[in-house]
Amino acid sequence: MNAWFSHHRAAVGSALRRLWSTPLNTLLSLLVIGIALTLPGFGYVMLDNLRDIGRNASGVQQISLFMNLDAGKKDVGEIEGRLRAAATGKWRFVPKEEALKRMQKSEGMAEIVASLPRNPLPDAFIVEPSNTDPEALEILRKEIAGWPKVAHVQLDSAWVKRFDAFLKLGKLALSMLAGLFAAGLVAVTFNTIRLQVMAQTAEIEVARMIGATDTFIRRPFYYFGALQGGLGGLLAAALVLGGLRLLGSPVGDLATLYGASFALHTPGVAEVAALVGCGALLGWLGAQLSVSLSLRKFD
Amino acid sequence: MIVASNLSKRYPGGYEAVKDVGFAIEAGQMVFITGHSGAGKTTLVKLIASLERPTSGSLVVNGQNLAALRRSAIPYLRRNLGLVFQDQRLLFDRSVLDNVLLPLQIVGLPRRETVRRAQAALDKVGLLAREKARPIALSGGEQQRLAIARAVVNRPTVLLADEPTGNLDAESATEILEIFADFHRVGVTVVVATHDQNWIERYHPNVLRLDHGRLV
Repeated sequence: MNAWFSHHRAAVGSALRRLWSTPLNTLLSLLVIGIALTLPGFGYVMLDNLRDIGRNASGVQQISLFMNLDAGKKDVGEIEGRLRAAATGKWRFVPKEEALKRMQKSEGMAEIVASLPRNPLPDAFIVEPSNTDPEALEILRKEIAGWPKVAHVQLDSAWVKRFDAFLKLGKLALSMLAGLFAAGLVAVTFNTIRLQVMAQTAEIEVARMIGATDTFIRRPFYYFGALQGGLGGLLAAALVLGGLRLLGSPVGDLATLYGASFALHTPGVAEVAALVGCGALLGWLGAQLSVSLSLRKFD
Repeated sequence: MIVASNLSKRYPGGYEAVKDVGFAIEAGQMVFITGHSGAGKTTLVKLIASLERPTSGSLVVNGQNLAALRRSAIPYLRRNLGLVFQDQRLLFDRSVLDNVLLPLQIVGLPRRETVRRAQAALDKVGLLAREKARPIALSGGEQQRLAIARAVVNRPTVLLADEPTGNLDAESATEILEIFADFHRVGVTVVVATHDQNWIERYHPNVLRLDHGRLV
């Protein structure tokens, strides 16, 4: 246990010394890794924010229920009862008289409405379901359409579906981008470690001669890769947070112009930790591949 | 301790450096491997240190047959051997003390103990005062003494040296040899490959004489 601990402490120390001893190389590698992680990280945060906008945009996930023209008070009561029983979320009844009044208020419509022999508008309900999942909305729409004296059910889900498809596409593109950059990060670490193994040929040979195991020789390189990747991840997190800070105020202004209030959601501790963890894992992977290949020549 | 029988080593290309060699070195003996240059001394040392694998025959070191040894077991075998080469194979990017610390770090001893033991080893070869120096600042004889300190810091049962005085003047060579003799006196098995006849007259060790790869 003691030996295990001192081995790992020595390996971490050695990795840190190697990072520190070539500051320019370290800085450049960190920049490459940091930028490679920033792009997918930033994309992820932006998609997350877009999803929030989709969720919050009011009026989008509404179901409009129009009654038959001949439906009476009893039929309306029946639908109210059913909506209450289904406990689908908030809903509001819009009587046909109110709908007509609203129409009269609209510019240019007053005369037309006045010329009508009778009210052509039906009674209606506006339902705001609590579950805004596109599939759930569709199921609810079908159910309501089957109720008595319901003439038409309109789900404003086309927009929702389009938005959802767009988010899915964005997610896919982001995954591909992240995959590419991950491969790049592995390659950068691979090369850095390969150069290090070459620079430390003498040390590796001596260590082998005096009884170092393969694990002992590899361990500092693994820590180096993981540390470099993790620090790159930290840099990426800082870049993403900085970028969001710069974008925050213009996005707020834009939202105000549309009469909404919206603040960019910034990544929390868990997301930063995930970014650092990803960097460390990929760095470790690159080191593993590189050391396995580079150390073959010592056999 | 070290027993060879029908031991041969053929290099790729067909050159046979060691041919059908058999010998037994008892624990605590001091043995010199001698012979003309190219006789196979270095190959024999490398075989004992399992830096080379035998082509045929058997070689048993500390109870382990090197011909059948798993690759992963080799490091643990080497920890019981102190190796000294003509080119000292020191690490010039670190201090004298750090060079001696390396074998102890490999074993995984706690830091405090490693420093104490490394300093004791440096003291034994007369380099304690230079512990903070870089190896490049040492003379040839001092560098060889540093290599010996590194070889013995793990308290190996066998000290194995290949032409340890090859590059040294007579005075430094004698110093090195005295250090080997000291270790022999405290019970360490010492195996030295050398072509220097003066040594043999002086210390009367057991001698393995090689001629074109064969024991004579």
